[in-house]
Amino acid sequence: MKAKFGDLVSEPVEFRGEVTVKIADAEKIADVCTYAKNDLDLNYLVDISSIDNYGDDPRWTVVYHLRGLRHKCEVRLKTDVSEEKSKLPSVVSVWPTANWHEREIYDMMGIHFRGHPDQRRILMWEGYPHFPLRKDFPLAGKPTELPGVAFTRTTPMEGGPFVTVAGGNSAMSREPRIRIPETDSIETMARLERRKEIQEAHGHPKGPGPIEKK
Amino acid sequence: MPTVQDIEIKDPAGRVAQAAKDLPEMQDERMVLNMGPSHPATHGVLRIVLELDGEIITKADPDVGYLHRGDEKIAENMTYTQFIPYTDRLDYLAPLANNVAYALAVEKLLGIDDKLPPRCQYIRVMCAELARVSAHLLGLGAFAMDMGAVTVFLLIFTEREKIYNLAESASGARLTTSYTRIGGVMRDIPPDWIPQCQKFCDEFIPALNEIETLLTRNRIWVDRVRDLAVISKQDAIAYGLSGPNLRGSGIEWDLRKNQPYLCYKDLEFDIPVGSTGDCYDRYLVRMEEMRQSVRILQQCIRKIPGGAENKSKEPVNVDDGKVLLPAKDKVMTKMEELIHQFMLVTEGMNCPPGEVYFGHENPKGELGFYINSKGGGVPYRMKIRSPSFVNLSIVPKLFPGCMISDTVAVLGSLDFVMGECDR
Repeated sequence: MKAKFGDLVSEPVEFRGEVTVKIADAEKIADVCTYAKNDLDLNYLVDISSIDNYGDDPRWTVVYHLRGLRHKCEVRLKTDVSEEKSKLPSVVSVWPTANWHEREIYDMMGIHFRGHPDQRRILMWEGYPHFPLRKDFPLAGKPTELPGVAFTRTTPMEGGPFVTVAGGNSAMSREPRIRIPETDSIETMARLERRKEIQEAHGHPKGPGPIEKK
Repeated sequence: MPTVQDIEIKDPAGRVAQAAKDLPEMQDERMVLNMGPSHPATHGVLRIVLELDGEIITKADPDVGYLHRGDEKIAENMTYTQFIPYTDRLDYLAPLANNVAYALAVEKLLGIDDKLPPRCQYIRVMCAELARVSAHLLGLGAFAMDMGAVTVFLLIFTEREKIYNLAESASGARLTTSYTRIGGVMRDIPPDWIPQCQKFCDEFIPALNEIETLLTRNRIWVDRVRDLAVISKQDAIAYGLSGPNLRGSGIEWDLRKNQPYLCYKDLEFDIPVGSTGDCYDRYLVRMEEMRQSVRILQQCIRKIPGGAENKSKEPVNVDDGKVLLPAKDKVMTKMEELIHQFMLVTEGMNCPPGEVYFGHENPKGELGFYINSKGGGVPYRMKIRSPSFVNLSIVPKLFPGCMISDTVAVLGSLDFVMGECDR
C-alpha cells in the first residue's frame, strides 16, 4: 500500500497484534479502500466507527476495519476530518455494507459522506436536531423543540401523584417520585401550574388528585 | 334457477374485458404497507415500509432504532466493569455470550487475554456455547412459529428452560447474567453444574432430533423456505453478513476457527456451511451448529481442569490485583488489597492508551467491540459492531421480488435481535 500511495499512508502501527494505518487525506479514502479491496484482497468490511477528538483539530477520526477472508489478515484504516469540513467520500460503492455504518456515523456524529445514496438518520428519528455521540452532548440529553412524541394527549391520571408529566426540562419536574409537594422549588411550582391547567381544561381533577395538605 | 355466480357476476365476459381495459392504468399503482414496529413477525421493534405491486414487494425500507438506548454513549461515562450489565441487554437471547465477548475485548486492551487460567477459559467456552444453543433454539422456534409450526416453539422452550437453569446456577440470574468479569468470571461454577450440563447434553440431542422430524422434511416447511431469499457468496461478503447467515451462503468463516480465542483451538468441532444460501440453508446451518455446540460442551465437560468439583483449586481469575477485586477478607485486613479495592471501585482498572477491536463469534454473528482508550478506567470511545444491525442491512436487497407472506420467513431466517441492532 505504501508503494502505491507514497506519503498518503503512514507507517503501520502495531498494538496487540492489530495493524493500524493512517491515511493523511480523507478525500482519498475511497481510492485507498478500492485498492485495498481489489489488489490487497481485503474483501470484507467489518465495521466503520467514528471518534470525536473534542478540543483537538481535526475533530473527527473515521476508522475502517478491513479483513481479507481468504488470507485472514486484518487492517485498520484511520483518517482525520476537520470540523468545518465534516465531510468525506462514501465507500458504499466499494462495500454495500458501508451504507448503514455511514448512516449511523452521520446520525451519531454528524459527519457527512459524499456520494452516499441515502444519507438519512438511522437510529434517532428524522428531524432530531442533535448528534448524541459528540463529546459536547451531555449524557442526560438536551431539550428539543420537538413535541413529546409519545405523549400528545393528557393521560387519565395526569395531575395525580403517580403519573409522570410529559415534557418539562428536567427529570425533577417529570418524575412523580422525586417530587416533594412541600418544597417550594421551581419544579414543584411548574408542576402545580401544569396541574392547575389540566384541572381547568377538564373541569375536575382526574385520578386520586394531588396531595395538597398533610 | 340462477346460480350465485349469475347474481354476483353479471356479464362475466364484460367484466373481464373491463378489467383488462383498466389494467394498463393500474400497472404503476403501488401500495405502501407499513409492517411493524410492533408486529409479531418482526421479532422486536423493527419497522419495515414495504412498497407493493399486488402481493409482490417492489421496495423495502427497514426502519430501525426503536430500541436505541445509547449504549455507546453510556459506555463512555462509566468504567469498564460497570458496563458489563449493559452487555446482557445487547443480544438478550444470549447474554452469556455477550459477557464473554466484552470481557475478552477489554482483556485484549489490557493485554491479559492470553493469561487467563485454563479453567476460566473452559467455563467461558461452555457459557458461550450454551448461549449459542439457547439463541439458535429461540431463533428456530420463532421462525417456525411464524411459518405456522407452533409446536416447535413449545418444544424449544423445554430445552431453553434447562439452559436458563444452568445460567442461574452459575451466575445467580437467568437473563441478566453479567457472569464474566474483566480477567475472569464472577465465581467458579458450583459443583453440581457439570453433571447438570452433562444431563442437558444427553437430553438435548434426542429433543433436537424430535424437533428436526417436525421440520427438516416437512413438505410445508420446505416449500415455504427453500429457494427463498437466496444470498450469493459475493453478496454475503459485500453486505458484511456474519455468523450463520454468512455460512449459510457457503462461506467457511467462523471466528472460533479462523481467529481462535479462549481454548477453541484445543476443541474439535466442524463448521457447517450451506450450498445455495436460501432460507432453508440458513435453517440447516443453525441446526447443525447446535449439534456442534453440544459436541464442544461434551469435550469441555471431559477436559475442564479441576473437574466438576475443582478439588485441585484451579484458579478461575487472573492473578492480578490491579484488574480484579481482591477477596473481601483480605480487603479488611491487608493494606495493599485495601488500596486495590479502593482504586478499582473509584477509578476502575488502569488501561493502557491504545485501540483494539475484538470480534467474538456470537450466535447471531460477529459481535465486535472497538475500544479506543486514552488510558485510565473509562473508554474514550466504544463502538459495538452488532451482527444484527449489519445482517439487517441486506433486507432492502433481499425483499424486492418476494411475496408479502415470504417476509416473515426471510426475517425469521436472518434471525436478528433488535436489542442488539439498536443498542
